[in-house]
Amino acid sequence: MADLAVQQARKGGAAGGLSRFLHNTFIRNLSAKIAAAPMMATVLVVFIGCTIWTIWYSLTDSRLLPNGEFVGFEQYQRLFSTSRWNVSVVNLLIYGAFSLVFTLGIGFLLAVLMDQKIRFESAFRTIMLYPFALSFIVTGLVWQWIMNPSLGLQGTIRNMGWESFTFDWLTNPRMVLFALLIAGLWQGVGFVMILMLAGLRGIDDEIWKAARVDGIPTWRTYMSIVLPMMRGVFVTAVVLVGSGIVRLYDLVVALTDGGPGISSEVPAKYVYNYMFGAGNIAQGLAASTMMLLTVMIIIIPWAYLEFGGRGRRT
Amino acid sequence: MKKFAVVAAMATAFLGSTAINAAELEVTHWWTSAGEAAAVAEFARVFEEQTGHTWVDSALSGSGTGANPVIISRIIGGDPMGATQMNTGRDAEELIQAGLMRDLTDIAEELNIHDFYVDESLLEPCTYEGRIYCFPINIHSWDWLWLSTAAYEQIGQPVPTDWNEYVESWPALEEAGILPFGLASGWPIAGIPGALQSGIGGSDLVLAINRDKDAEAVRSPEFRAYAEAWDAIRQVVSPDTMVPAFADVGNQLLTGEAAGNIHGDWLQGDLQVAGGVPGEDYECIPALGLNDQLSGGGDAFYFPVLPEGTDPEVIEAQTELAKVLVSPEAQLAFNLKKGSMPIRTDIDLSQANACMQKALGLLGNGLLPSGDFALSSDTQQQLQDLNIEFLDDDSITIDDYIERYASIIESAD
Repeated sequence: MADLAVQQARKGGAAGGLSRFLHNTFIRNLSAKIAAAPMMATVLVVFIGCTIWTIWYSLTDSRLLPNGEFVGFEQYQRLFSTSRWNVSVVNLLIYGAFSLVFTLGIGFLLAVLMDQKIRFESAFRTIMLYPFALSFIVTGLVWQWIMNPSLGLQGTIRNMGWESFTFDWLTNPRMVLFALLIAGLWQGVGFVMILMLAGLRGIDDEIWKAARVDGIPTWRTYMSIVLPMMRGVFVTAVVLVGSGIVRLYDLVVALTDGGPGISSEVPAKYVYNYMFGAGNIAQGLAASTMMLLTVMIIIIPWAYLEFGGRGRRT
Repeated sequence: MKKFAVVAAMATAFLGSTAINAAELEVTHWWTSAGEAAAVAEFARVFEEQTGHTWVDSALSGSGTGANPVIISRIIGGDPMGATQMNTGRDAEELIQAGLMRDLTDIAEELNIHDFYVDESLLEPCTYEGRIYCFPINIHSWDWLWLSTAAYEQIGQPVPTDWNEYVESWPALEEAGILPFGLASGWPIAGIPGALQSGIGGSDLVLAINRDKDAEAVRSPEFRAYAEAWDAIRQVVSPDTMVPAFADVGNQLLTGEAAGNIHGDWLQGDLQVAGGVPGEDYECIPALGLNDQLSGGGDAFYFPVLPEGTDPEVIEAQTELAKVLVSPEAQLAFNLKKGSMPIRTDIDLSQANACMQKALGLLGNGLLPSGDFALSSDTQQQLQDLNIEFLDDDSITIDDYIERYASIIESAD
């Protein structure tokens, strides 16, 4: 087939450029293109198509149904003058920063401890991973009981006689984000630990031996040799943890429902409330577009560094 | 686009509708507390006895904020139920515009509903371009102050008769370790500002804000008086004293743990189930004892347009249910359990308890349009966000609150 095309191209002259283009686009590697077609259609329609739909309707005054008139950036103006939204964004930034650092940090530390050839390793692994098997809703409800000031930990310890003990993070607007963080970490750390453990097990024993021969201390081996070698695992973990942070919703609904007041609101909850509860689709879509934009601002430079330029892939 | 949405909805509905059995009518509602469930069971009983159809009960949790989105998305998504409860108001307006709700005008004419509805204004939100799309089945009001007899016995004071006396009693209550104002977290907070507005601000204020969307009314001294009362409440409630559900507040009142609460009249359904007797265990004060009009709306039943190919029996069952809901027998049975006021006055209400009798007395003065009656759910959500933020965050001053309230009302539609 390719030969045929080359002959045609030679014959064709000026028209040859076009036919070669068409040939390259549609005929060359035809079976591969057919195989990739469903995926491409999904990407075009579901991801790109729906994103464009979302952005377009966020520029209208649609209410319950997507049928409004174009109004420019009015929805965005309203969005950023709404204190609930601004609080949500700040909350997500704080939660996200702490969650990312602590999930990766504690996850790695646990994996290192787990890697010291300890006894009953698989039992510990199961215990650590168990919370991950629970949904955020269950996690939220469990921690709601634990952290309930009158029924949970605080109440129990006070009943045991330590009257001044206070653990009221759930009802304290300044600490409620950290209550969320505790529940989130409890649920997520085990999974990151397993990922990291798999990464550590992937490090060749020869490297450890070589490091020992050179007299490098263990912590230094971890920091300077093992960590850089686990780059791929770290990238995977960051992407997984990061996407979990951005879509944070169910944990908040189950644990605090945005309270006390609006001090633990998150963007995803704002989107849901305005899209469905308040019947204002355009406002909800504007908020979700902002969420998308935030993700893009983080992802695009990173993807450029990671995949572009140096032609190196992990 | 609108047409497309409807066609798409119908098409999806058509695909999914083959499993509906004849004359089984699925009814969705959010009456889940003990008193409410007892009331809705009365509807089911009368419906099944009188028509022989089956009432398939789909109770949804979460009230207007949790259940309403589910109901709306089921209708838009093409999986309509046979009948559904919704608050009368503007929530359903777009569904009607899109042709997703069944036109009930013929049934209404057959029954002559204009003759027996106690207040014509109740039918207004159900009417769209002269056609009727829903039947209000009760009249609810948020404007009730509930007081605990036990709490006031404990501090040795007479039970207050209006809001001002109640506020004056707070220091004594706090000293005795009694919660002056019991409060459930979540949506029960949302109704309190409206009740305070009509009680303290007065009827004119409610009409100016809810009906005329007049931002100047928000900057008036009457509104400031309301805001100060709302501020007083936030001084005595804190997140760690809030209980999960409004029925828990009912228990607090009966035991005397909390002295008072502002909540809608459906609270008394739960107080009844818990064994409370009005006048002995608790006092109910309509319109906070300050106004002679109640603001109210109500629950209404809508009947979504069923997809083509639905068994005619089911559509017939819809018609029958619509008639049963407003019939004297069902109205009496339902409202006595629910604690709300019936929509017709030609029935014998001598069995009604003291609280309902008080409400019936005020009903003669006409109903004020409540917020969820007159404001779009978008505006309601904004006001609710503001109120919840204000309640928790003491750094928002009354002036800030008034300004932000005014700007929401300015952009309200």
